[in-house]
Amino acid sequence: MVSDKPTTETVWGWLNQIPDPEIPVISLVDLGVIRDVHWSGDTLEVTVTPTYSGCPATRVINIDIETALRDRGIDKIRLRTRLSPAWTTDWLSETGRRNLETYGIAPPQKAGGPAHCPQCQARDVERISQFGSTPCKALWRCRTCLEPFDYFKCI
Amino acid sequence: MTDPLFEFLCRLGDNTLVLGHRVSEWCGVAPVLEEDIALANTALDLIGQTTMWLNLAGEVEGAGRDADALAFRRDVWDFRNLLLVEQPNGDFGQTMMRQFLFDAWHVLYLTELEKSSDARVAAIAEKSLKEARYHLDRASETVIGLGDGTEESNARMQAALDRLWPYVGEMFDSDAVDMDMVAKGIAPDPGTLRPGFDATVNPVLRKATLTRPESDFAHRGGRSGARHSEHLGHLLTQMQWLQRAYPDATW
Repeated sequence: MVSDKPTTETVWGWLNQIPDPEIPVISLVDLGVIRDVHWSGDTLEVTVTPTYSGCPATRVINIDIETALRDRGIDKIRLRTRLSPAWTTDWLSETGRRNLETYGIAPPQKAGGPAHCPQCQARDVERISQFGSTPCKALWRCRTCLEPFDYFKCI
Repeated sequence: MTDPLFEFLCRLGDNTLVLGHRVSEWCGVAPVLEEDIALANTALDLIGQTTMWLNLAGEVEGAGRDADALAFRRDVWDFRNLLLVEQPNGDFGQTMMRQFLFDAWHVLYLTELEKSSDARVAAIAEKSLKEARYHLDRASETVIGLGDGTEESNARMQAALDRLWPYVGEMFDSDAVDMDMVAKGIAPDPGTLRPGFDATVNPVLRKATLTRPESDFAHRGGRSGARHSEHLGHLLTQMQWLQRAYPDATW
C-alpha cells in the first residue's frame, strides 16, 4: 500500500516502462495506446485505445498495465477503453520510431511504404504482403541486401 | 417488435462475424504463406469489429447478453447478415471477389456511420473504417491481378463474379429498420449508397478485364433473417460447436 497518491507524471513514467507484448523494444507509451491517466478520488483511471480492433495483444496490454500498477502498490485501478479518436501511427513517439528501426522494423511513413531497408539502409525495397506477423505490420523485402523485413503499417 | 437499433447492430455485427469466420477457414490452407497470413489478419480485424458491434447490441438489448452470447447462442433464423458473406469460400479467387464486393460496400457504409447521431455507433465505425479501407485496397489489387492475369485466373474470377453478383443487390435494400435509423440520424438509407458502390467497383472490374453481369437480380432474406441460404447452418455447426457441446466452457 502507498499512503500518498503518486502523481500522474510518476504513473506515466511507470507505464513507459511496460513493453509492448509483441514488439518489446517499444513501450506502451511509445506506442501511443495510453490516452489518459488521472485520479478519480482514490481510484486511478487509465484510458487505453486499441491499435487494431481484433489485435489479441489488447487484452495482454490491459493485464500488463494492471499488474505493473499493482506491483507499485496501487490497488484501485479502473481501465477504460476509448475507441474515438481511433488510434493512429502518428501517435508513435520519436523514441518508439527509433527503437523500431534499430530492432529491424521499418517505422511507418506517410508515403505508405518504408523509407529504406532497416538492415542496410538501401532504398530499393518491395512489398511482399500487405500483412505480416502482427496486425500492425506488413512484409517487405530489400532488393539490395535481399533480406525480408517488417514494416509498421501507417494508419 | 424488437428494438430497431438492436436489429441494426446485429446486422452490422453478424456481417463481420460470418465473413470473419468464413475468411478464417483459410487459415493454414491458403495458396501461399503470405496470403494465408493476410487472410488470417483480415479475419481477425472482422472478428474484432464483431466484438464491438455485438457488445453494443447486447447493451442496447439490456437482457444480459454480450457479444459471445449473441455469436454462439443464436440459431440461423436469428442471424441478420447479408447472404453474400455466408457464401462458401470456393477457390481463392471467389473468396477475394466476395471480399472485394463486401469491402466496397462496407467502406461506404462505415463512412456514413462515422457521422451517426449515436456516438457509440460513430466511434465503432471510425475504428472499423481504417481497417476496411486497408482490406479494400488489398482486395482491389488482388481482383485486378487475378482478373488481368492468365487465361485460367481470368476465367475463375469471371466465374466468381457471375456466381456472387446476385448477392450484391441485398446490400442496398432498405426496410422499416433502416427507415427508423434514418429518422433518428443513426444510419443512412442503404439504397443511397449504390451509386458510390458502382463508382468503386466498375473501374476495378474494368482494370481486371472482367465483365459486370447484365442482370441485377438479387437474392434476399439474409439481413431480415427471413431466408438464409443453406450454407449458414453448416457454418454455425463449426463456429458454435464448442459452446453448444460445453455451454459456459472457460479455460
